[in-house]
Amino acid sequence: MKNRSPKIAVLSGKGGTGKTFVSVNLASIAGRSVYVDCDVEEPNGHLFLKPEAFCEETVTVGIPFVCEDLCSGCRKCVDFCKFNALAFIKGRPYVFEEVCHSCGGCRLLCPEKAIGEAEKSVGKIQRGVAGNVSVHTGILNTGEVSGIPIIKKLLEASISENERPVFIDCPPGSACIVMESIKDADYCILVAEPTVFGVHNLNMVYELVRLFRKPYGAVLNKCLGEGNPAECFCKENDIPVLYRIPFDSRLGTLNANGKIAVLESKRYRDLFSSLLRIVMKEVPGETAVDS
Amino acid sequence: MKQLLILSGKGGTGKTTIAGAFIRLACAKAYADCDVDAPNLHLIMARDIGPRLTDYYGMPRAEIDPGKCVGCGECVRNCRFDAILDGDRCKIDPYSCEGCGVCEAVCPAGAVSLKPVVAGELKLYHKEDRVFSTAQLKMGGGTSGKLVTEVKKQMKSAAYEGAELAIIDGSPGIGCPVIASLSGADMVLIVAEPSISGISDMKRIVKTAEVFHVRIAVCINKYDVSPVHSRKIQEYCKTENLPFAGVIPFDPEAVRAVNNGLAISEVDCPSGVAAKEVFGRVMGLLFQGFGESSH
Repeated sequence: MKNRSPKIAVLSGKGGTGKTFVSVNLASIAGRSVYVDCDVEEPNGHLFLKPEAFCEETVTVGIPFVCEDLCSGCRKCVDFCKFNALAFIKGRPYVFEEVCHSCGGCRLLCPEKAIGEAEKSVGKIQRGVAGNVSVHTGILNTGEVSGIPIIKKLLEASISENERPVFIDCPPGSACIVMESIKDADYCILVAEPTVFGVHNLNMVYELVRLFRKPYGAVLNKCLGEGNPAECFCKENDIPVLYRIPFDSRLGTLNANGKIAVLESKRYRDLFSSLLRIVMKEVPGETAVDS
Repeated sequence: MKQLLILSGKGGTGKTTIAGAFIRLACAKAYADCDVDAPNLHLIMARDIGPRLTDYYGMPRAEIDPGKCVGCGECVRNCRFDAILDGDRCKIDPYSCEGCGVCEAVCPAGAVSLKPVVAGELKLYHKEDRVFSTAQLKMGGGTSGKLVTEVKKQMKSAAYEGAELAIIDGSPGIGCPVIASLSGADMVLIVAEPSISGISDMKRIVKTAEVFHVRIAVCINKYDVSPVHSRKIQEYCKTENLPFAGVIPFDPEAVRAVNNGLAISEVDCPSGVAAKEVFGRVMGLLFQGFGESSH
């Protein structure tokens, strides 16, 4: 194995805590780096980074279709499908694309070979460059259920960019799409805001990263002067606090306008430089060469 | 019973805060938290009672009996989710397995079976004539759409016949939990945030709700953080002919209320007052119909 650059996932459970803010600014301050937006349902990093030189790739999944001439109406496919994506209507199987998981089972089991597969677009991947940052964005088509195939493809592509740290901007929540996003991460940054909502969801992603045996640390965002329930939670659970970013109404304005804080203000340049140093120190075996 | 669903696309715009206020203002008899990935409504809505808990079984998961496995690799070749680890004598990656059953079907040795798995917990709070349905997905539990459907089912079957209104707090994004929550909703209230991210995400959730033919109204939370973007949202609603239900200001009191387990409508604060006005308009739309646009 060659020397590989670290992959750092940024997640939070709750939405709107500052995942995109933290990952975009870390990628921007890191110099040559890769930013991967795995929040394919609502990707926003590109609105800040504004990458140029797009290349676009469609992501498809295989959806079964039934050749009526060959179908004997044996129902094997309908009985097999665990997702109820096939129904037996008027003696023939009928496919409900929206609930199909593309497992390929119906096609495999059909004794008449009456089931074919057509590629259906579920979204796309865009790649571009913003200064030193290579930007990968996944976008789920509206009305589609699962972003997993897009996230898989996104992360595959970003692996090929060696020798650059990779920052993975994760979706909110803690379900399958988040698990897929952190699967290959070397380190996880948990972003939390100082509310009881923030703490409850921090608890969930904290459980998730431990379940996946990932090393982790917390960034406390929007810190107000008063007691911070997220900080108490970190203390109680021995979660290392990497940084405390104070609440700043000017930041709200920068964010609203799609500006990157480290490019606009020295204060945030300094802040994210030291956060980056702290994170890189935490990433296990970051400088180790495994030949 | 009319169902009002609160969505936003972007996370953290204030769905739960507004849902909590609406539930108190309406004295709602039925409400639910469909954000099973990261539920929070119970933190401000279920202070003094314990829930009734029910295990939720998600999709089953494959298991390979190493005693029967002949190591032919058929399962590995046919699994589309990369859930079978080849190197390790056909071990299953529990987080990748979707329970489709292909491995079970192709195994010549009968070594694979599908086992039921508890993927989360349904919670039902019941007090006097009010029911509150929510759930928590187990970490690593996988897809959440099915659990969302169960949460709504639980609410409907427990609600009193006389309940006219159900308020449902949704999840961020546009994917499976959101789509599951849209089914059966009479109206969606979108809580938009005045920023370029907020606007981009709002447009995507509007499109998604339209795919499923659910009526939509929009309100703006923390509108004063960026009046410019708030105006853009209002203009967008006008062009798209979406009823606009009003604005709520940024309010540090809202954070304090939530941290004390209260809805903003229970505290004397600017955001609570504004939420009441938005609530009035939304109820008008929900019960008197959209008729002509409300601009």
